[in-house]
Amino acid sequence: MIKTDTLIIGAGPVGLFCVHQLGIIGLKCEVVDNLDKIGGQCIELYPDKPIYDIPAVPECTGEELTNNLIEQIKAFKTNFHLNERVEEIKKIEKKWITKTNKGTEFESSSIIIAAGVGSFEPRKFSTKEIDKFVGKEILYSIRDKTVFKDKTVCIFGGGDSALDWAIELSSTSKVILVHRRDDFRGMQASIDKIHQLKEEGKIEIYTKYQMDSVQGKDKVESINIKHDDKTIKEIKTDYVLGFFGLIMQLGPIAEWGLNLDKKTVPVNTESFETNKEGIFAIGDICSYPGKLKLILSGFHEGALAARGCFKYAKPDEKYRFEFTTSSKTVKERLGVKE
Amino acid sequence: MTKVTYVENNGNSHTIEIANGLSVMEGAVQNDIPGIDADCGGGMACATCHVYVKEEWFDKLQKKEDGEEDMLDMAFEPNKFSRLSCQLLVSDELDGLTVSIPSKQG
Repeated sequence: MIKTDTLIIGAGPVGLFCVHQLGIIGLKCEVVDNLDKIGGQCIELYPDKPIYDIPAVPECTGEELTNNLIEQIKAFKTNFHLNERVEEIKKIEKKWITKTNKGTEFESSSIIIAAGVGSFEPRKFSTKEIDKFVGKEILYSIRDKTVFKDKTVCIFGGGDSALDWAIELSSTSKVILVHRRDDFRGMQASIDKIHQLKEEGKIEIYTKYQMDSVQGKDKVESINIKHDDKTIKEIKTDYVLGFFGLIMQLGPIAEWGLNLDKKTVPVNTESFETNKEGIFAIGDICSYPGKLKLILSGFHEGALAARGCFKYAKPDEKYRFEFTTSSKTVKERLGVKE
Repeated sequence: MTKVTYVENNGNSHTIEIANGLSVMEGAVQNDIPGIDADCGGGMACATCHVYVKEEWFDKLQKKEDGEEDMLDMAFEPNKFSRLSCQLLVSDELDGLTVSIPSKQG
């Protein structure tokens, strides 16, 4: 059991800045995120797209913003629990106990949900009968590429993941690449390589096709793919890989008894606390009159939520407002040398 | 104001008057039309405001910008009449536009 003052769910920009705001008022926190890296949507959806509306930063990419935020909180030596999704919470006396899908347990006096629109999950095939094969012959990510050796692998998708794996596996497997249109959206070098492999007969490509159905009893034997013109083609294959990017799902948070408005959590605008005492929500996931889904709004929300956490972490102390420019205590916490 | 009709996957149809300048996505979200999630809020970063545009309207719409087709690769069951509704701005020319909503967004 990891004991801390506040558990932050979500390592996007808003969660990261909230680490800073908790840190300067002397509260400890731990951060959990389902992605394998820090940065949230900034890193997953637009690492190299420029952002123009961060105050005093005329232009930066999602990756630069993330790196700067990580730099800004370095002094607090925060633990990040990546690749973990928060599953259950329960309240024991005045503490919240939170458990992740990997079994990590936290005890904290408050929880700040900075989970964006939820956790990122792979987008799936829409075909109904495939469920029994998912995780066996139908996969959305690759853990062990050796299982594909000398097998036939049918890869769906047109982005970098699909192209990279098609190239990688073509040296040891029979690879069939299926995409819904003629254009691929990966890096030009990968697209060129794919076409070269096709010329060399090392890879088969079917475009303007999508998954139609899967055949097989205990394991996948073949799949049918459907062309835009409705014609069906059968493909014998051992494995099917789908790379359609990620989608955000609210997931277990929806089961925690929080008030929900569509996919967002209503909060008060004084401390960004939810209907549950000690649980706060900030960033894209919270809603209140006038809410803007901007990173800068999330920074403000995090600053107030951090102060809201103070009374739960230190019920016998009074929170005193201080500026980073003048407070010796705050500078010490930030590791500033004078 | 411009009339836009949203047809849910179950056949339920909603005709809404939307102020010019808003997107077809915003019109849906502000009027609680089910089935248009718009997770990213209109940033062309999520493909959860995907709609099928009625055939006779498809060619009358603003053309897709770079990035929309890439995003549609990730949409649920896209077809050749697929668009992201956050990219369709409502104007007088679109009066009577009809879009169908997929059975789900992801």
